[in-house]
Amino acid sequence: MTIQRMTLGATAAIVALMGSTALAQDAETITIGGLATLEGPFAGPGEDGLRGVELAIHEFGGEIAGHPIEFISASSDGNPDVALESARRLVEQDGVDILVGPLSGSEGIRIAQYAKEQPGTTFLNGGSAAIETTLVDPAENFFRFNTEGAQWTAPLGKYVAEERGWDNIIIVSEDYSFPYAQIFGFMATYCEAGGTVEEKYFTPVGNNDYSSVIAQLPIEAGEVDGMYVVLGGSDAVNFLSQYAQMGGQLPIVGGTNVTDQTVLTTQGPARELLPGILSSGPVSDNADLEAWQEFVTLYQDYYGDEGLPSPSLFASNYYTNTKAALLALQEVEGDLSGDHEAFNEALSNLEFTSPTGTVSLNENRQATAAIYINEVVQQDDGSLALEPLERIEDVDQYLGLEREAYMDLGLPSRENPSCPS
Amino acid sequence: MRLIIPLAVVALVLVYPFVVNSFWLVQIGGRTLGFGTIVLSLVFLTAYTGMLSLAQMTVAGIGGYATAYFTAPTGGVGVLLPWPLALVLALGLATLAGLLIGLVAVRTRGIYTLMITLAVAMAFYYLTLQNYDIFNGFTGFNNADPPVVLGLDLGAPLPFFYLSAILAALCYAGVRHVVRTPFGLALQALRDEPDRVRALGYNVPLLRVLAFGLAGFIAGIGGILNLWLNASISPGSVALNPVIDVLMAGVLGGIGHPAGAYVGAFVFTVVDNFAIDFIARERFNTLIGLIFLAIVLFSPDGLTGLVRRVSTRWARAGRRDKGATRKTKDIGK
Repeated sequence: MTIQRMTLGATAAIVALMGSTALAQDAETITIGGLATLEGPFAGPGEDGLRGVELAIHEFGGEIAGHPIEFISASSDGNPDVALESARRLVEQDGVDILVGPLSGSEGIRIAQYAKEQPGTTFLNGGSAAIETTLVDPAENFFRFNTEGAQWTAPLGKYVAEERGWDNIIIVSEDYSFPYAQIFGFMATYCEAGGTVEEKYFTPVGNNDYSSVIAQLPIEAGEVDGMYVVLGGSDAVNFLSQYAQMGGQLPIVGGTNVTDQTVLTTQGPARELLPGILSSGPVSDNADLEAWQEFVTLYQDYYGDEGLPSPSLFASNYYTNTKAALLALQEVEGDLSGDHEAFNEALSNLEFTSPTGTVSLNENRQATAAIYINEVVQQDDGSLALEPLERIEDVDQYLGLEREAYMDLGLPSRENPSCPS
Repeated sequence: MRLIIPLAVVALVLVYPFVVNSFWLVQIGGRTLGFGTIVLSLVFLTAYTGMLSLAQMTVAGIGGYATAYFTAPTGGVGVLLPWPLALVLALGLATLAGLLIGLVAVRTRGIYTLMITLAVAMAFYYLTLQNYDIFNGFTGFNNADPPVVLGLDLGAPLPFFYLSAILAALCYAGVRHVVRTPFGLALQALRDEPDRVRALGYNVPLLRVLAFGLAGFIAGIGGILNLWLNASISPGSVALNPVIDVLMAGVLGGIGHPAGAYVGAFVFTVVDNFAIDFIARERFNTLIGLIFLAIVLFSPDGLTGLVRRVSTRWARAGRRDKGATRKTKDIGK
């Protein structure tokens, strides 16, 4: 008993001391921590996100103004508690100067709160795209250079109502903050254009069996024109597979993650349903945009067969945020003194060309950028890709509304917004 | 000699905050003590009543949710009460939950207790996930910070660590005390010879339900500490993974002795946090699994069991050297 307690204490003390000396030595090194979901339903997106971080560091040759860049990664499983634990580890134990992450919506809200406790660290978002992160009492040192869930889907709602003439749909969605944001953006313009939503079905994240939902869905278009599916990663694959196996033929428009490369590369029954799905988001595989082509080439050259055939949205978002940090670091020549004062200032004013085009921040440190409306098409080599139908420039946090008008819409939830048939 | 161990532990806990950084203080130290207290409730049940429950994280979750509900209302969910009242209610509800789970599980044994408590745990998880009126669905409760008492912010790293240490010590001492009372002795008799205990006139189901209630109270304390550690609680906190984690930490530390709870919680937390440093980030869960597998394989009674066996061997070797005979009071050990 004594021995065991003593060993335990000694080990703890030694490890802790080792941790602090490591910090002292590396005065010149700038450490970037990458936080992504390497476990759970979003493990695929998480891995690709960290590829984006590494790619950006690689692009800058692994150093900024003589400061070598060190990269440390940590994992979460999509649960805010776990994300917080990993963020604390990166910031308080590994002493990272800059944290890039997390990946999923509710995690982002939690990490932005944590950022307020750690003014000496600069936080850049990874892939997370809940509205609240940069809207409700935003942290001074939390920057999001990617657009969020509502910005991604706002153009699609209008498009579906006006171009496709849909006026009655159902929604199938995961039950947490990011899908709420996607539905919020979509319905804001869709309901405005006169559309109605007959029913919303919410399923837990990481659900495997969708039969109870599918049993309630129409098999083909009739009273209901189509369904809006907001699921990500393995959830999207499972749902689409099971709906296809039931013989479902209802036209589908997808949330941004439904048509992400992590889903488009799937095999099996889900694949039959994928061609023709409309979705919207910040990236489009076949976009005729030089910056995107360059990014894809960079990604494919660096990762070869290890990576996905085409970088996913998450690789792009993590890459964009990391690149923003590195560009701002370059501008201040790696000066992180005074709680990153100069660095944070440089980040706030940064405007640069991301893989999806020009991106800049507003007063909440939230990105304004272009959004694509995409259709899933089969390429000549048999793989699936996103073909751009339309590109909408400069979609801002308030979806083009005045700030007050936007705030009046309230925060997204299961019930808000609502336009029943 | 008997005082050395407790004194060493007390000294360690007092000195610990001053030799480590805030991560080791809160995320490893604080979590070990809070999570360890939940594990303690399981170890108490298993070691002294022979019942293995998978619902201890659930009971802790009820304590945590209740505290959040009464101290950190969010979006129209919750009622703000003074914190002492909120804590009394939370512990009361956790105890009640323990008693109710006990009522359900009391007539089962072995694997069936495990199954039925797992069912309760999963039912509670889905309830929290889909209920918006009490549990606030997927989002749960955020900003559930510990109270500020007489100007002392219990949420600051150092006070939080000592608070956790004091509560953990009380729970540990409580368990050690209870098992020596007639109630505790009856529980152990029940574990070994239920039929004989019944024949002696004890009310066996009642004793078992009460044991579950006491375990619920302890788990509730751990649950409140766990809530304050993250200042938030959501269905992810009571999902299958954390439910299994409690059992894993218990088995790691050794489910036969209360101290095993905290040893297990410590090892579990450290491995969980640092495994990713030693292996490619896609594979670190495999490493965690292998470490646990190795411990269980080489020491079925956990780390405390391992230490106990090693020290007995040393003691025996020592006696042989001196040629001393066994003392009377050693007989039967």
